[in-house]
Amino acid sequence: MLNPAGNIITKCGGANAVAEILGVHPSNVHRWTYEKSRGGSDGLIPARHHQALMEFARAHGIDLSTDDFFATETKTGETSLGPQFRFRHILGIEGLSAEEITFLLDRAEGYVALSRSRQKKTDVLRGLTIINLFFEDSTRTRTSFELAGKRLGGDVINMSVATSSIHKGESLIDTAMTLNAMRPDVLVVRHPHSGAVELLSQKVTCSVINGGDGSHEHPTQALLDALTIRRRKGRLNDLRVAICGDISHSRVARSNIHLLTTMGAQVRVVGPPTLIPPKIDRMGAEVFHDMKEGLKDCDIVMMLRLQLERMHGTFVPSLREHFHFYGLDRDKLAQAKPDALIMHPGPVNRGVEIDTSVADDIDRSVITEQVEMGLAVRMACLEAVTLANPS
Amino acid sequence: MNATAFINVRLIDPETGLDEHSALLVKDGQIADFGQGLFADGVPEGIETIDGAGLVLTPALVDMRVTLHEPGETQKETVQTAADAAVSGGVTTLVALPGVDPVTDDIALVEFMIARGRETEKINVHPYGAVTMGAKGEKLTEMGLLTNAGAVAFTDGVRAIADPLTMRRALAYASSFNLLIVQHPEEPNLAAGGQMNEGEIATRLGLQGIPGCAEVMMIERDLHLVELTGGRYHVAHISTKKGIDAVRQAKARGLNVTCDTAPPYFGLNELEIGEYRTFAKLSPPLRAEDDRLAVVEGLRDGTIDVIASDHLPQDPDSKRLPFDQAEVGITSVEALLPIALELYHNQVLPLGGLLKTMTANPANLLGLNAGHITKGAPADIILIDPDMPWRIRESDIISKSKNTLFDGRPVQGRCIRTVHQGQTVYKFET
Repeated sequence: MLNPAGNIITKCGGANAVAEILGVHPSNVHRWTYEKSRGGSDGLIPARHHQALMEFARAHGIDLSTDDFFATETKTGETSLGPQFRFRHILGIEGLSAEEITFLLDRAEGYVALSRSRQKKTDVLRGLTIINLFFEDSTRTRTSFELAGKRLGGDVINMSVATSSIHKGESLIDTAMTLNAMRPDVLVVRHPHSGAVELLSQKVTCSVINGGDGSHEHPTQALLDALTIRRRKGRLNDLRVAICGDISHSRVARSNIHLLTTMGAQVRVVGPPTLIPPKIDRMGAEVFHDMKEGLKDCDIVMMLRLQLERMHGTFVPSLREHFHFYGLDRDKLAQAKPDALIMHPGPVNRGVEIDTSVADDIDRSVITEQVEMGLAVRMACLEAVTLANPS
Repeated sequence: MNATAFINVRLIDPETGLDEHSALLVKDGQIADFGQGLFADGVPEGIETIDGAGLVLTPALVDMRVTLHEPGETQKETVQTAADAAVSGGVTTLVALPGVDPVTDDIALVEFMIARGRETEKINVHPYGAVTMGAKGEKLTEMGLLTNAGAVAFTDGVRAIADPLTMRRALAYASSFNLLIVQHPEEPNLAAGGQMNEGEIATRLGLQGIPGCAEVMMIERDLHLVELTGGRYHVAHISTKKGIDAVRQAKARGLNVTCDTAPPYFGLNELEIGEYRTFAKLSPPLRAEDDRLAVVEGLRDGTIDVIASDHLPQDPDSKRLPFDQAEVGITSVEALLPIALELYHNQVLPLGGLLKTMTANPANLLGLNAGHITKGAPADIILIDPDMPWRIRESDIISKSKNTLFDGRPVQGRCIRTVHQGQTVYKFET
């Protein structure tokens, strides 16, 4: 069995020393080195302790990196991430198991701590190149990936490709192959057409992370939402989550439905029939057209932006009418549980899908926390795909 | 004199129902004679003899829906490459859609296409004329003059004739010449932006769906106009249960309506799209399994008159794109016979009945002297082995574009020899 915990404990001066550093009982420390079947944690030290150990190591000149908490080279050249995360690409949430999702969230948890410390950089991606290839405008996702790559010590380049010409996408494969020839390690790709990122991934040897493709998937958004929820609620299962608004055009909704149903949450989608795609119930979501009914007893209220740029023709009569029936205000929110969290992937259209006072309610709204979690999740994803793609 | 004797064959004439162990004599490019006792005393000297070894001899196939891409997009297909592909699949009569650019809306183009077909010395090309100028759905073409030049029917090809007033006038005007109007059955405003069949798979993939009812809406609208005008109306590549039910009921009411379907619609369903496989992007889109079964049923009970290949070759640059941007269509003239024969092997139709949907039925619908075994008819005939097992391979495709959806599919039955005007233009080599 791989046992990073054992190595770290040895480096830090043994179980009793570690117990003292962390203020826990030595038996806990011993248990981290046991297998799960013996009540242990399979050689993993819980993420909440990583930062303290890192600081101890730094203060005492012990050679310890964040990588030591997880990855150890095995004889076959496979990393310890191998069995837990086997994918070279992250193209979508569909197809990921609960274990794989949990693995990414656990890794991200460690990076939350890192980003909150004064020294924010590690060298996990030292010497690796990440290209952010965005065929669609983006500020927050691109910045988030850029910072994530840099905090992991990688070299990050941003490329925005104009898509205004009618020939857009024609050069997609050529662009991919050209960039691939420059030997990047990860391409982070956003594209306005569903399936385009997958198509691109088939033509390159580096890893590809989907930064959002058309109305299909936006996997890192769903992961950051999940991390936010897990940190606030302590779990993902047995939660009732309402995703509200423009479901039809939303890749965020699809990725979240896949993730949350995989993790055992109950998912509702709420919106006018024109914005609910056909047969969405077959993906495991319950459909509501009445928002108050849909929000009843929900633990999480996830608001989506009206994607006007993807709408051809009339889907809602007016923004005013949409806000009246499907905008989140105090009155509708009262149907949800008193401690329900309000989430939004951003950018927020105040007064269109959410009332300003609700969006800014520091007790309920976790919108800025989502942004913070996004960075951590993207660090975890960048690390996971590069380790799964040793070439 | 140029004569060939086909002996020891199972002669099937789908038109008359003839199906017997027999022989046939071809002389000067025509069927001179046939019958069980034809060479009872042996074949006379000086006549080439082909021993069919019990294979089926039947009229060469008439494919009533083919895109040739010439002129216009010859990087995808030319009349010559289409001819080479067609004869390997037992097809010698190609009815060519009016194209997109240029559109067959004037006499010169009609004559050009017929001439290009003749030059191949393998096939006959019969062009459709466009119903409206530029297939724009507005101004009617010179249907009478185009017919005199050789157009066999009228359609706007891959575009529906959307405006009901235009359709009414087209049906009414065409009826004075007894011309057939062929419709692409899809309400374009309802289908606008659609990439595939609407439903669970489209929702999962985040692709905009086309609801199945877009087909029946257009068909039912047109049926009212057929009733109003007395025009002759044909629904191309029908693919939904509701659409087929509408045609079935219209036929029962005695309306002058016919329809065809194509191999993907009874051989495949929307699951082929998998993870954005653009080869499976068709128009109309591949439908759900229930619809596929309804197409099979429509063929069984005769509601669907014709099987056409709906050959629409696309080069890699048109398909190696995000799904939204990829072109529709597959190369399929070579797959027509083997995929259709699945209906025979699955006991949906008897062999003669199945062949009729690809010979006599389309020929009669379009008024072509083809697709039947009669003395004096052009000797366009094929020898087929209905049982030979083989696999369709993309690498074996002869058409200029290789975008088959049937790559790797095990099939039974193939064309062994194709004869056009008495000359062997294709022979299968093992």
